[in-house]
Amino acid sequence: MKIHEYQAKQILRRYGIAVPRGDVAFSPKEAAAQAARLGTKVVLKAQVHAGGRGKGGGIRIANDQAEAERLAAQMIGMTLVTPQTGAQGRKVRRLLVEETLAIGRELYLGMTLDRARGVPVVMACGQGGMEIEEVAARDPGAIRVEPVDPLTGLRPFQARKLAYGLGLEGDQVTQAVKLMAALARLYDETDAALVEINPLVLTSDQGTVLALDAKMGFDDNALFRHPEIRDLRDQDEEDPLEVEASAHSLNYIKLDGSVGCMVNGAGLAMATMDIIKHVGGAPANFLDVGGGANADQVAAAFRILVADAGVRAVLINIFGGILRVDVLARGVVDAVKQVGVKVPVVVRLEGTNVDEGRRIIAEAGLNFTIAEDMLDAAKRVVALAGAR
Amino acid sequence: MSVLVDEKSRVVVQGLTGREGSFHARQCREYGTKIVAGVTPGRGGAEHEGTPVYNTVREAVERQRADVSLIFVPPPAAADAIMEAADAGVRLVVCITEGIPTADMIRVRPYLARTGARLIGPNCPGIISPGRCKVGIMPGYIHKQGPVGVVSRSGTLTYEAVAQLSRRGIGQTTCIGIGGDPIIGTTFLDALALFKDDPETRAIVMIGEIGGTAEEEAARFAAREVKKPIVAFVAGQTAPPGRRMGHAGAIIAGGRGTAAEKMAALREAGVHVLKTPAEIGETVKRLLG
Repeated sequence: MKIHEYQAKQILRRYGIAVPRGDVAFSPKEAAAQAARLGTKVVLKAQVHAGGRGKGGGIRIANDQAEAERLAAQMIGMTLVTPQTGAQGRKVRRLLVEETLAIGRELYLGMTLDRARGVPVVMACGQGGMEIEEVAARDPGAIRVEPVDPLTGLRPFQARKLAYGLGLEGDQVTQAVKLMAALARLYDETDAALVEINPLVLTSDQGTVLALDAKMGFDDNALFRHPEIRDLRDQDEEDPLEVEASAHSLNYIKLDGSVGCMVNGAGLAMATMDIIKHVGGAPANFLDVGGGANADQVAAAFRILVADAGVRAVLINIFGGILRVDVLARGVVDAVKQVGVKVPVVVRLEGTNVDEGRRIIAEAGLNFTIAEDMLDAAKRVVALAGAR
Repeated sequence: MSVLVDEKSRVVVQGLTGREGSFHARQCREYGTKIVAGVTPGRGGAEHEGTPVYNTVREAVERQRADVSLIFVPPPAAADAIMEAADAGVRLVVCITEGIPTADMIRVRPYLARTGARLIGPNCPGIISPGRCKVGIMPGYIHKQGPVGVVSRSGTLTYEAVAQLSRRGIGQTTCIGIGGDPIIGTTFLDALALFKDDPETRAIVMIGEIGGTAEEEAARFAAREVKKPIVAFVAGQTAPPGRRMGHAGAIIAGGRGTAAEKMAALREAGVHVLKTPAEIGETVKRLLG
């Protein structure tokens, strides 16, 4: 789960990591009030779950309260298009209003899981403010990495190695070591998946080490033990159909094609998308109904599929293991009765209790095409999607 | 021969009395697996469908000589269940549970390394040596005893591959579902090493997916060590970057972990890489001659 920059900065502050003074504003009036309170030139930053905001006009400087109000009025409600939002962009609903600071140096500090090592790593780089992937591709040696042992946490010597490696000196090292320790503690205690401080800056006046921007993501599987983080979710940043799907514990990702897919298992769902593409079609979504889906969830999955106006045919590809085919079949029949189906449906069923599942579908008197195998199913559904 | 499990394996089911645990333990027993005990804290001394239930895995090991554990414990307690099994001296721990926090698995891994227990999963269908033993949730009837070792990150996609093989009369030595999480016990590389040394395994099917670099590591190992033919499919060729495709581990992050990279690495290692999963059965048939 991702959160906004202002929320991430609130968490950083809680862990004693310095951030610029500032707060969120939901309206131009609130932005003006924040600017008045700060009493300095302020920066207005659009709060959307996408990077590259500066390029699309999502970051503006206001000299005074009146200008802050005027700019905020332009920004709130605008559709912000950045390299990460896609062409449709994101609607801006919240701004972060912050003091402006004189910046000396920009650095990068991040923490995420290193899958190959099986532990989280702290990453530091002297080139801040840029996409770390670009730096990694161009100059991999510029990124210093320290693995964090789950038993010991990040050791002070590791933080010192990173700090000296960044070329910090004197009190800056002390500040950075403290900051990195706090970062590692935050990552562990909140079940974070990614924390990026980019840039981490040294102010030019006092050499204070401070987080100028912050990005955080959390392990969805651990949200059950962090209700305070789960509350930070902003559903406006998600596709409405994806929100509906997650409410039913379904894994759904909307794509741009015309073939709706309902599959059990993430691997088979991806492979189904791949084979649709291979035979000349385009998948409308990724949808994994999961291993333990019940009839209600399957019905919900069906409603979500047909709610996508781009879907011209549906492929149900089920290989039952933990999800029994008869359970799925009953869910499909219920859903069709509830929702009504206006698009052709191709069904391919295999696995546990498959005969019972096929019987349920057959006896329901639905106008479904039954396919023999995956390739056959893909060809049939792509033909049906194209024929309409 | 098979790898890791056979007709002598004695299985304890952690979470036996739950809905999924009950259903799948029954299916395993019907397949011929020796389900010798169940563990549900607080239910010790009871019997569940003829199987003795204990409060701890230690008791199940001492009383019933269980050497394999099958875990259906819910996510918040699953990491603890894995460590309990390892502590009790179980040699193979198969964890089906989906949704275990990554931070929990980060702590499980070094713990297992100290005890010497092998983990399969989590978030996996388990392991089956057809005709001998099934420790997992896969539909047993699609499998057939024979010469192909199967290893996969995905559950249902493995069933797809197995069904294609069996339909062509090609059986399997052992099928291992290694799971779709970012941190897992047994890796592709580990499974290839097992199949390489198994005299009965004549060909290997490997089913990867986007995310991480485990397929690339396996490719380097295969190029160096494995002389047996390997057929591979990598799911997620059409997956968009930055979106988690169901599995916690299936994500193209920072431009790395794409299907294209993995397919290229495998191809370079001499692996037969397929564009669609529909070709798995035919390709293996051709290679076995």
